[in-house]
Amino acid sequence: MLRFILRRLLAGVFLLFVVSSLAYLFLYLGAGDIARQILGVSATQEQVAQKATELGLDQPLATRYVDWLSAAVRGDFGTSWFNNQPVVEAITSRLAVTLSLVIGTTILTAVVATALGVWAAKKRGAADRLVQIVSVLGFAIPGFLIAIFLVNVFALNLGWFRPTGFVQLGTSFPGWLSTVTLPILALSTGAIAAIASQVRGSVIDTMRQDWVRTLRSRGLSENRVLYKHVLRNAGGPALAVLAVQFVGLLGGAIIVEQIFAIPGLGPVAVGSTARGDIPLVMGLVVVTAAIVVVVNIVIEILHGFLNPKARIS
Amino acid sequence: MSESATTPTPDVATEVRAARSHVGRRLLRNPTGLAAIIVLTVMILLAIFADVLAPMDPSKANIQDVLAPASDAHPLGADSAGRDVLSRLLFATRFSIAGALWAVLIAAVIGVTSGLLAGYYQKWFESVSVWVVSIIQALPGIVVLLAARAVIGPSIWLIMAVFGVILAPAFYRLTYAAVVGVRNELFVDAARVAGVGDASIIGRHILSVVRAPIIIQAALLAGIGIAVQSGLDFLGLGDTNVPTWGQMLSDAFSRMYQAPILLIWPSLAIALTSISLVLFGNALRDELERAAGKPKKRRRGAAAYVPDASGPAPVTHVEDGDDARSVLLQVDDLVVGYDQPGGGVKQVVNGVSLQVRKGEVHGLIGESGSGKTQTAWSILRLLPDGGRIVGGSVSFDGKDLAHSSENEMVKIRGRRIAYIPQEPMSNLDPSFTIGSQLVEPMTVALRVSRAEARKRALELLARVGIPNPQRTFDSYPHEVSGGMAQRVLIAGAVSCEADLIIADEPTTALDVTVQADILDLLRDLQNDLHVAVLIVTHNFGVVADLCDRVSVMQDGRIVETGPARSIFRDPQHPYTRSLFDAILEDGAARGPLAHSADRNTLPERSAR
Repeated sequence: MLRFILRRLLAGVFLLFVVSSLAYLFLYLGAGDIARQILGVSATQEQVAQKATELGLDQPLATRYVDWLSAAVRGDFGTSWFNNQPVVEAITSRLAVTLSLVIGTTILTAVVATALGVWAAKKRGAADRLVQIVSVLGFAIPGFLIAIFLVNVFALNLGWFRPTGFVQLGTSFPGWLSTVTLPILALSTGAIAAIASQVRGSVIDTMRQDWVRTLRSRGLSENRVLYKHVLRNAGGPALAVLAVQFVGLLGGAIIVEQIFAIPGLGPVAVGSTARGDIPLVMGLVVVTAAIVVVVNIVIEILHGFLNPKARIS
Repeated sequence: MSESATTPTPDVATEVRAARSHVGRRLLRNPTGLAAIIVLTVMILLAIFADVLAPMDPSKANIQDVLAPASDAHPLGADSAGRDVLSRLLFATRFSIAGALWAVLIAAVIGVTSGLLAGYYQKWFESVSVWVVSIIQALPGIVVLLAARAVIGPSIWLIMAVFGVILAPAFYRLTYAAVVGVRNELFVDAARVAGVGDASIIGRHILSVVRAPIIIQAALLAGIGIAVQSGLDFLGLGDTNVPTWGQMLSDAFSRMYQAPILLIWPSLAIALTSISLVLFGNALRDELERAAGKPKKRRRGAAAYVPDASGPAPVTHVEDGDDARSVLLQVDDLVVGYDQPGGGVKQVVNGVSLQVRKGEVHGLIGESGSGKTQTAWSILRLLPDGGRIVGGSVSFDGKDLAHSSENEMVKIRGRRIAYIPQEPMSNLDPSFTIGSQLVEPMTVALRVSRAEARKRALELLARVGIPNPQRTFDSYPHEVSGGMAQRVLIAGAVSCEADLIIADEPTTALDVTVQADILDLLRDLQNDLHVAVLIVTHNFGVVADLCDRVSVMQDGRIVETGPARSIFRDPQHPYTRSLFDAILEDGAARGPLAHSADRNTLPERSAR
């Protein structure tokens, strides 16, 4: 088990290295005259040259990359070009907010999607068609559109929630819950749609397995076999979809945070992108890729727990 | 947000079969498909003729018209800069759809090309592709786009081209799977032998197979493209000179308190287009599957089906007279059918009658497809989806199982009637240890404690001849051999002290050497426990080994029944005789049967 995790971590670190190197290369090669962009058109040629030296842009790309990498390994991602805030500080202060949102969404998604999928697989008929329709709608309609709809109906018209703002999870749980309810609902619809139809499909497939008949022939009730045996076996494929959805949720959170004015990574990402603040963008890329690597390892461990065959490899 | 990898990948094998049928025409007859096509066609026409239809320049701002309500001059009102909403909506349709199509086009070109190359030439190309895909998927699409936006600027075409690269793996996977599938089919080899060039092979065979799945995937990805493009514009990262649905949404959202109505038009356009694209993709896939002959959902209302149990009466051999054991299982005129898509019922068992007495071993013999297994499953009331008993009765110890509720059946199964399946490896739950699968039914059916059940399970494993019971108890099914697994299943079947064991071809899936051991085990257990056994088989050797009485089944009917000895001595029905002939032909392995016709006896193993 430990060896498995270590091997995965090693592969993850390598992937992280490749992704960040590619991002660095593309970002700096793609960028134009960075110092000019920062200072604006009114700056003199000397000022621009001085700024470039200050930022180390007069060095060759390879040197800069090695410097960046060796600093990054030590946990230093430089400072923002625009407000001189250290990148690590800008990200860590907001990471928890986004993670609380995304993890809350993942939990809600897993519970609701499993319930819907099992319900559809078990009842078939009208329940099945209803879940399929919900899946199509959830899959098709973008999350931010649902967010806008929810703000309009539940915050502006009904006044049940505040349209914007955020309370830290550590400050007050009810406060946090009331500020994240709408964002989580908006984020989860697409993921619920995808996972519910996956759960439905794999439960139906698993129910057709020979061993289901054999277990029932021993006097176990259909429900017992369904909830204990079938669900565990159907869980593997659903987890794989959940992993993909989690990555999507990280992206979706950026837009949804903007709508609800939640001080997570979203505003940082949008702001740094619009200004071309490359150190901050690089920091975000590395952090997001690292989260994805960790989540994939966690999902693989969970998968091994559900499916003993997956434990060996 | 939906990401590319979540799109349901169509089953390639299905498409291979369906590739040649006229799916397009069927799609127009599918109501959802037709509706989706109409909506999409209208959208595309609006996009093409936006210049003609739009009453004004979409970018012409007029301070006097800021947030103007609907009027003759502005049929849908004006936005926060006083621009005409209808004109903007029409042009936004053009740019939003074009942006999405552009991304899909790039994704398709990259994905299909690399998929064709990787699938056709495999080897190194394949492993490189795997790495590229995992790098692309290491980041959420939006984050990659944001990073790209930081350096390439707000151009919708550049951004959507980058998005096309991100989406390419979806097409790559699809094409790759299809190519590998088709490649292994004979016709490509045949074409190769016939001297057709590589490019021509790819062109002619493989593209015709992947065409439909690519269209489905393109529809789903276009929806995602629209969502992502609108999302970026909504964040204010797009080119403000190009009107898109996202731009309109962003503008409307900033004025949500003053003019919430402005949100409706772009929202509606995005939702309608996205839903139509998904429905179009789904309808196309449904039609492909239907064309490939996959059954549609079954319908209800088949209950009025009148079973047909008529047929010639079976040849019944006279009883030996010394068998006065009472009847345990009495099946009368059992008819089993499967509901068909069209509403009919397909009969697989056409009026089977048979008797199993207490403590006897009864052989149910016939070729595969004769309905033996269906009969066995219907006694347990464990028929697969769509199958049901449509006529006759199954009387077990005075109780009619054919009309018992599921709750009553749960009490019968395991405790009164047990089951040994045919294929040992697929009949154990792969996710639980063998031990827990033995313990659980005992705690439920016999209401014994977990510790007691565990003790009994270990004893049973020893009893069925497993050398190291504790190790097998702790193993997972994939860690034991087929013969071991079958012993475990036999242990499970006898664990709850049933009165009748239904064994469905218990040796067919095993090695010849193991078969004899398993039969010996069954015979020993039957002698010890005096349990009645209904053994389903296609092998007269098994019948000869074990059975007191036999019923011969053909085409869902019993054609001959009686004491085993009597049927072996004097088979009446031509089908029974043909089954005998079959074992005589390959009978060498089972002893000197070929020379024993005059003695009318069985292979001597039965006397052991």
